[in-house]
Formats: sequence, C-alpha cells, structure tokens
Amino acid sequence: MTVHVEAHEHHGPPAPHYSSRISPVILGILLFIASEVMLFGAFFTAYFFVRVVNPAVTQWPPEGFHLPVFVAGVNTAILVTSSFTMHWALQAIKRGSRAGLQAGLVLTLAMGSTFLCTQLLEYSRLGFSPADGSLGTIFYGLTGLHGAHVFVGLVLLSVATARAFRGHYSPEHHHGVEVPGIYWHFVDVMWIVVYATVYIL
Amino acid sequence: MENPFRSEAAAYRFLLLTVGAFALIVAAKALIGTWGATVVFFGEVVALVVYYVRSRNQERPEPAAPEHVGGELDKRILVIANETVGGTALRDEIMRRSEGFDTDVLVVVPALNSRLRHWASDEDGARAAASERLDHSLAVLRGLGIDAQGEVGESDPLQCIDDALRTFRADEVVIATHPEGRSHWLERGVVTLARERYAIPIGHVVVDLEAESAAGRT
Repeated sequence: MTVHVEAHEHHGPPAPHYSSRISPVILGILLFIASEVMLFGAFFTAYFFVRVVNPAVTQWPPEGFHLPVFVAGVNTAILVTSSFTMHWALQAIKRGSRAGLQAGLVLTLAMGSTFLCTQLLEYSRLGFSPADGSLGTIFYGLTGLHGAHVFVGLVLLSVATARAFRGHYSPEHHHGVEVPGIYWHFVDVMWIVVYATVYIL
Repeated sequence: MENPFRSEAAAYRFLLLTVGAFALIVAAKALIGTWGATVVFFGEVVALVVYYVRSRNQERPEPAAPEHVGGELDKRILVIANETVGGTALRDEIMRRSEGFDTDVLVVVPALNSRLRHWASDEDGARAAASERLDHSLAVLRGLGIDAQGEVGESDPLQCIDDALRTFRADEVVIATHPEGRSHWLERGVVTLARERYAIPIGHVVVDLEAESAAGRT
C-alpha cells in the first residue's frame, strides 16, 4: 500500500468556485430583483400605512382626489402588450429573423414611450400634486418610482434596438436583448401590482 | 423553486401569471367586495407557498461525480470529519479503503460554529478549533504511515464536500459522525443528502469517542 501526499496536478488558479451552487448570472439577477422588491416594498408599505392606518381616512381615495382609472387601464394594456412584443422580438432572433427582432423592439420601444408619455400627461391633469397630503406624496412617489424604471427600461431597449439595426445579435448570441427583456417584464410585473393596488383596489 | 427571472421566457411567463393573479383579485373586488378580494389575495399567497414548498422538496440536483484522476490503482479519498477526526474507527476505515491502492487522502474539518456567530461572521474561534483538531488528526495519521493533507472547511459539511471536490477530484468520500442520537449531522441527514448529491461512493463511519476513550482507559 502506498499512501502519500495528495498532489495537485492542476496548474493555475482553480476553477471558479460558486460556493452556493448558484451561477453568478443567476445570483446577480436574484440580488437585483431582491433589491428592487425591497425598494418597491418600502413604497408599498408607506402606501398601505397611509391608506389603512390613518384614522382620518374614511374613504379611498379621499374626497377631492380622483384617480384616472380608465386611462391608467388603457396604459396598463399598452404596457402588457409591449411585453408580448418584447417576447416576440426575442423569439424572432432565436429563429434567426432579424426583421422580427427589429420590429418587436421598435414596437416595444414605441409602446413603452407611449406609456411614459401618457403617464406624464395624466400627471399634468390629475388636479393634485405631491405636496397635497400624504396621498399625493405616495401616489406620485409610487407611480414616479415605476415611471423611472420604465425610463431606464426604455434606455436599455434603445441600445438593444440600435444594435439590432446595426446587425448585432444572432440566434446563438442575443444576451443583449435577453437582459433588457427580463428587466422589461419585471417592470411590467411591478406595474400590474401598482395599478391593481393604487387604482383598482 | 426556480428563479422566475432566470430568462426572458421565464420572466414573460411570470408576467402572465401576475396578470392572471391580479385579474382574479380585481374580479373578486368587483363581484364580492373588498373582503372577497382580500380572501383571493391570501388564497393566492397560500397557493404560492404550497407550490414553493412542494417544488423545493422535489428539486434534487443531478448527482455529480468528479472525473477520476490517475490510473486504475490510484485512489483519492476525501474525509469529512469534525470532532471525530481523531477517532480510531475513522483511521481504520481510511486504512481499509487505502488497501491495495496508491492513495491520496484529503481531510477536511468543517469549522463548526453557532448560528449567531456564523451570521455575525465571527468564525475565528471556530476555525482555530477546527485547525487544532485537524493538526492533531494529521499527526496521528502520519504516525500510522498515512501522509495526508488537510484543510479547514465551511461549517456546513455538504458545502465542505462541494468545495473540496472542486480542487480535489475524489473517488470516494468518507463522512465521520458521532453515533446516532448524538450526531447533529445524522439528524440533518447529511450522509443521505451527500449520497443523493454525488455519484461517487459515500462512506459513513460512526466514531464513538466516549467508547474509544473508555477502552483506552482500561
């Protein structure tokens, strides 16, 4: 029997060590989503505090405040549809269809811009401002936070669209579309929660 | 449960689910009222938790096996042991498994720590104690002619195996524990989980330090 010191025949640094058995990409997106959930969670906490705990509030929304439920509903439909086109764009490039990718991204960009412009237009017609009580503050805070996320998503989509028209991406390499796509769907999910909570319920 | 944002397609499905879930809540609000919507909301939360727990129990990673290194008579043994690292039963088991092979042995001692200290990143004491046990164990093994290497690992024994297998492609793993009833690792099913996770032989050695100590006194 020969027993001797274990000898490492491997040269150079060891292979990447994922101590939690989660790849860095997945871990990164998980941490990002977790931080976003906490951010939105803080705003939702404030919203529900104002709405539920405040003894002065007997009806919601309080008298004098009117929320444009219908316009926001149409806006919601536009944003959800933009997720369909985003998904279509990615499926198109996976099949090798550059025209589909470009059309999908342009449509997504157009609908996202429409959503943001409509929201800004509604802000100017609401009749109350962030300074008008706690509802005004939290309403603008929550929808504004989401609007900022839409803006960031539009920037990412603009870059992806520009690259798509410059001939980038292929059925094998389309990470630059996939990541903005994930972000865009996340923004949509958050809007569904915001719309249902603030406007409907 | 898988990360719902692991890919664009998964995120898209998650969006559709969210639309469906909130459509139900809004419909309940319109048809029944606020309490109806609240009940639907909590019903969905419970359904999500149940789904999470079930999928978590069903998730079993594919058993992995490191590539064999060396010839047919070469063997690499990874030993995971804590307080039992100096036990006679473990030494005998290592000798038995080394018989007839050109063997490399790597002993990893997890730095066992309290949960509070772990979360406070206060691991110095645990690592020092583990290092001391390891040194003692290596000295005993060398005294028996086994020239093994050793290192201090994470507090989780499964994590120790994971970490060690990345740099030391073992053919076998030996886990040493206290007897049933005194072993936290057995209570947590460490040996069973290791056998599910790795497609290499996972040996289990019970080291009864009290019995060995009593036998040593007589």
